[in-house]
Amino acid sequence: MGYEYIGITVLWIFLYGYLIVASIDFGAGFFAYYARITNKDHIMNKLISRYLSPVWEVTNVFFVFFFVGLVGFFPDMAYYFGQALLVPGSIAIVLLAIRGSFYAFESYGSKNNSVYMFLYGATGLFIPASLSTALTISEGGFLNVTDDDVRLQFGELLLNPYSWGVVFLAVVSVLYISSMFLTYYAGRADDEGALSLVRKYALFWSIPTIIASMTVFIALSQHNPEHFNRMFDYWWMFGLSVFFYLIAVFLVYSERFYGWAFIAVMFQFFFAFLGYGISKLPYLLYPHVTISESVTPDTMGLALVIVFIAGLFLLIPSLILLMRMFLFDADYVKGKK
Amino acid sequence: MIELDSVMLSRMLTAMTLIFHIIFATIGVGVPVMISLAELIGIKKKDRYYSLMAKRWARGFTIIVAVGVVTGTAIGLQLSLLWPSFMQLAGKVIALPLFMETFAFFFEAIFLGAYLYTWDRFKNPMTHWLLSLPIIIGGTLSAFFITTVNAFMNTPAGFDMEDGVITAINPIAAMFNPATPTKVFHVVSSAYMTSAAILATIAAITYLVKRDQEYAKRALKLTVTAALVFSVSTAIAGDLSAKFLAEHQPEKLAAGEWHFETEKGADLVVFGTLNEDNEITGAIRLPNMLSFLAYGDFNAEVTGLDQIPDDEEPPLWIHYIFDLMVSIGFLVLGISFLYVLLTYVKRWNPYQKWMLWAVAAIGPLSMLAIEFGWIYAEIGRQPWILRGFMTVAEGATTSPNVGWMFLLFFLLYFVLGVGVLVVLRKMFKDHPAELELEHLYKEVDEGGKR
Ligand code: HDD
Ligand code: HEM
Ligand code: HEM
Repeated sequence: MGYEYIGITVLWIFLYGYLIVASIDFGAGFFAYYARITNKDHIMNKLISRYLSPVWEVTNVFFVFFFVGLVGFFPDMAYYFGQALLVPGSIAIVLLAIRGSFYAFESYGSKNNSVYMFLYGATGLFIPASLSTALTISEGGFLNVTDDDVRLQFGELLLNPYSWGVVFLAVVSVLYISSMFLTYYAGRADDEGALSLVRKYALFWSIPTIIASMTVFIALSQHNPEHFNRMFDYWWMFGLSVFFYLIAVFLVYSERFYGWAFIAVMFQFFFAFLGYGISKLPYLLYPHVTISESVTPDTMGLALVIVFIAGLFLLIPSLILLMRMFLFDADYVKGKK
Repeated sequence: MIELDSVMLSRMLTAMTLIFHIIFATIGVGVPVMISLAELIGIKKKDRYYSLMAKRWARGFTIIVAVGVVTGTAIGLQLSLLWPSFMQLAGKVIALPLFMETFAFFFEAIFLGAYLYTWDRFKNPMTHWLLSLPIIIGGTLSAFFITTVNAFMNTPAGFDMEDGVITAINPIAAMFNPATPTKVFHVVSSAYMTSAAILATIAAITYLVKRDQEYAKRALKLTVTAALVFSVSTAIAGDLSAKFLAEHQPEKLAAGEWHFETEKGADLVVFGTLNEDNEITGAIRLPNMLSFLAYGDFNAEVTGLDQIPDDEEPPLWIHYIFDLMVSIGFLVLGISFLYVLLTYVKRWNPYQKWMLWAVAAIGPLSMLAIEFGWIYAEIGRQPWILRGFMTVAEGATTSPNVGWMFLLFFLLYFVLGVGVLVVLRKMFKDHPAELELEHLYKEVDEGGKR
């Protein structure tokens, strides 16, 4: 197997990881704000802040890891995406920056400041929307590539049904993943009031999630038929995704096994994301960049893989430690520590 | 008039982001060392003031780190957004340390979370202290990795270039290029120094406004001593950096020292101004000192700007910047030395107004020196982005929207800057140390009764 496959696998897994942890975080921010304006914050916010406070930076690093790794394994992506994404990329950075810092200001500094809460709630929905445009652009059709220049065609992007489909899917998935997680977390914390609230959110958002997924499928068939057709070779992955979706919703609906329900959500997105990714290969950026042409030279590829493996030996034990302290320590979750 | 094309604007945006980020990055690298020291002393001496000090510093630190993380994320992306061709080329050789840096971030972020939320969760306080070590290691490693990338831009190594195609890549040699040792030493040491100095400034002002004086006295002793130690090592590292420049990047040293003619026994030009004909006026000339500083030998030959092609000469104004950095270095060293002297000699009193005001100045001064140092290092590399291989103009984006992005980020940094100040003020103004200490004692005592 060439380094391009190792590289893309590693990156894809981390992007998937970011998708899950960031969705939890972004959605929780929105729910916290929503609870505030509907005067339900006494029910929700303690729960949310106990989970979020210790982990938001870790979430951010997932993202940094992804884009640094992308440029490392596939330096040509720096050129194409760098040239094209200056504006959407900068907007995403600004939103991320506002969110991260105002979250810190709110939770370590001035508690319960409404402006901070708002910034942090609203950005939770705009960030996934703006980040998802990178995936949209990678489907091709939005770039004007000449010998020494790459330009993004904003008009096309703004008028395109596929691009709006992706934005819609990104936003509702965030709310769905997050409410599913909060249901599990509230269940663990034995917090009845919060549980019944977030459980309702979870069930509610499950409906637009499936609708949006279907919409995006249809829009892709119009936008990039080649990719769409290849997706059929991997139909079973999407089938599994729907299967896990049904399990998750069923479990939450019948008020049982919230932990398993969330694991089902993770599988749902794992398979959908994997199916999307695999069928997209060999293109990173259709039709300009393929993984095999853009991959970094072998020596660098090898070095990156070695560092990656060494890094995992450092990271996994530390992450387990963190999770045991905050996520799986029943006393902490219940607020006794 | 300088033309505001996308190259110039990209440079301005990069400079603005880095100048803002470095404030938070420096504190992010150095303050964990101070927190860890204070906590350790608190445990060893069983002095609750020191434990409280560690706690309060850690609380302020969270805000700074948050801004460090978000602005760092901004540069990380901006490097590709603004310098796509540079990253495409350099990425093939120097991606390794950038990639390693993300692991250092992970490591630091994980343990910072663990550290902050477990103050009273362990029976043995040393267990909690141990959690501070991975934070120090993570922060210092990130400084190390990113500095190797910057060093690579100054003295590229670890590859061959044939007709614009990169071959024979050796990522390790690229990372440990000739500039790496001195640069890393100087950057890390100056970050420790600056962090200690900033905490000293806070302690001095606390004392001067007559609040929490018992607490402030201990804080002063710890921070100023640390500032002294680290400013000595920073000066040593700076000297080594100059020796490195003389050997590997003579044009930067020559421009910084206004050294025009290659000669033996070169004079050191301190301060002064330059007139239209590039003649130096009003400067102090230290005979043969430049040769000594550059090579440890008063008669060594030092390369001057006459050896450098005209279109590869860095701007000459970096001389002022360089002199300011060095002056601050010695000033801070002097002030902290004097303070430490007054503390250790029994008959003398360090808590005099003028002394404390001087100490109060060292934090902002050191931060300025950090900025000057970087400006010197970065402008001194001009016109190269990758010295000898790619100029800044070749590396930049051709996007027409950089100007708008500059405004956008200017606004962002403004908001973040004001936000940090407001939040930090609020955090400490309403919670003086003495009060917090009483509060803690009460909790501990009541906890004992229960
Ligand atoms: C507290 C901050 C501080 C202080 C007091 C000093 N420096 Fe410095 N200096 C830095 C902070 C710094 C820096 C921010 O860390 C730089 C910028 C880039 C780098 O490598 O380090 C730097 C760069 C830098 C360079 C350029 C290195 C290169 O481009 O490779 C030289 C030659 C010196 N310094 C020399 C000195 C000397 C002789 C000092 C005398 C005491 C001194 N510095 C004090
Ligand atoms: C954090 C401290 C740093 C500061 C304050 C700083 C400052 C600056 C400044 C002032 C410029 C503008 C130069 C000009 O306009 O002529 C610049 C350019 C640049 N710096 Fe740095 N720099 C820092 C560290 C780094 C590091 C560690 C890297 C490498 C990863 C780096 C990469 C660049 C690049 C790519 C440019 C654009 C090219 C150029 O103008 O030379 N900088 N920086
Ligand atoms: C010498 C100058 C620099 C130093 C000492 C430095 C150090 C730091 C530190 C201490 C942090 C906070 C990390 C944390 O606490 O988790 C940070 C964040 C960051 N820095 Fe810098 N940095 C420098 C320049 C740069 C440059 C030039 C880049 C671009 C490649 C960069 C990229 C980042 C990124 C991406 C983050 C965010 C990491 C995260 O999400 O946790 N830094 N940096």
